[in-house]
Amino acid sequence: MHELGVTENIVNVALAKAREAQASKVIQINLVIGELSGFVPDCIQFYFDSLSKDTIVEGAVLHFESVSTQLRCRNCSAIFHPEDTQWSCPECQGQSVEISKGREFYIDSLEVE
Amino acid sequence: MKKIEVIQNVLEANETIAKRNQQLLDKHKVFAINIMSAPGAGKTSLILHTMSRLKGKLNIAVIEGDVASTVDAEKVQSEAKAVVQINTRNMPESCSLMAAMIELALKELPLDGIDLLLIENVGNLICPSEFILGEHKRVVISSLPEGDDKPVKYPLIFIDADAVIINKMDLLPHVDFDIAAFRRSVAGLNPKAEVFQLSCKTGEGIENWCSWVLEQVETNATKR
Repeated sequence: MHELGVTENIVNVALAKAREAQASKVIQINLVIGELSGFVPDCIQFYFDSLSKDTIVEGAVLHFESVSTQLRCRNCSAIFHPEDTQWSCPECQGQSVEISKGREFYIDSLEVE
Repeated sequence: MKKIEVIQNVLEANETIAKRNQQLLDKHKVFAINIMSAPGAGKTSLILHTMSRLKGKLNIAVIEGDVASTVDAEKVQSEAKAVVQINTRNMPESCSLMAAMIELALKELPLDGIDLLLIENVGNLICPSEFILGEHKRVVISSLPEGDDKPVKYPLIFIDADAVIINKMDLLPHVDFDIAAFRRSVAGLNPKAEVFQLSCKTGEGIENWCSWVLEQVETNATKR
């Protein structure tokens, strides 16, 4: 369980951005989270419910858009989604890869009124 | 209803503190290594060997991160210039050290008298990969009884490592650990990582590791 700190950060950012926009209520927070990220949306939701109490983000919907893992083969440059745990390249069977997508975790946007 | 663009990294709060930690360390010429592994892989043993081997060459301080107890801090006490024990059980989150915990610990260390800070993270191969602390190098230890598939199962921690240590080499005749396969997996994920094979039990290979540490500290010192 290490979602408390990041949830605090989500609430703080949402509050600051909403105030900046002179919004009276945050309806939805759109988050983008990679498949490889070690953070669990359900845990974030759990902390969010208590951290957002009595603020203008209370009751906002946390919308998680998942980004699937995308790897790049260092050998033949093929871009692929891993089909096995070995992360082997489907083109050349190479096993030297780098992650091009799947580790991101950011607040994309807010919907406010 | 109105939409506001944000695009902000959720981990930014931790990363900002980590950056501040590194600036403080750099100001005092302290080189920091974050040592990560599963529980029981040999983090404390490696720290003990590193301190005894580099005695007289470097002043070493240790930050011990554990869910509970001061067992590890007591073990390293006599060799270290200074030790701070962090018990994450008392923190809101306990599965990994985080930059804010290091920021507090740094306040308790006599930074001017220290060349090398060894940070022993909480035994865990998952959570510590998400949190940078302000360290200069990240090291992961895998030990033979854990099996050779750890880089495949926990790729992130290996991808970000500057060095990977294979510990408990003395157990090789007794366990099914394919060293070549392990090294291939690590090289596939992270071709730049240095890999060391050693045994904290027999002392085999410790010298190579310590030479690397010394070289890193010296290279970093000349850069500043």
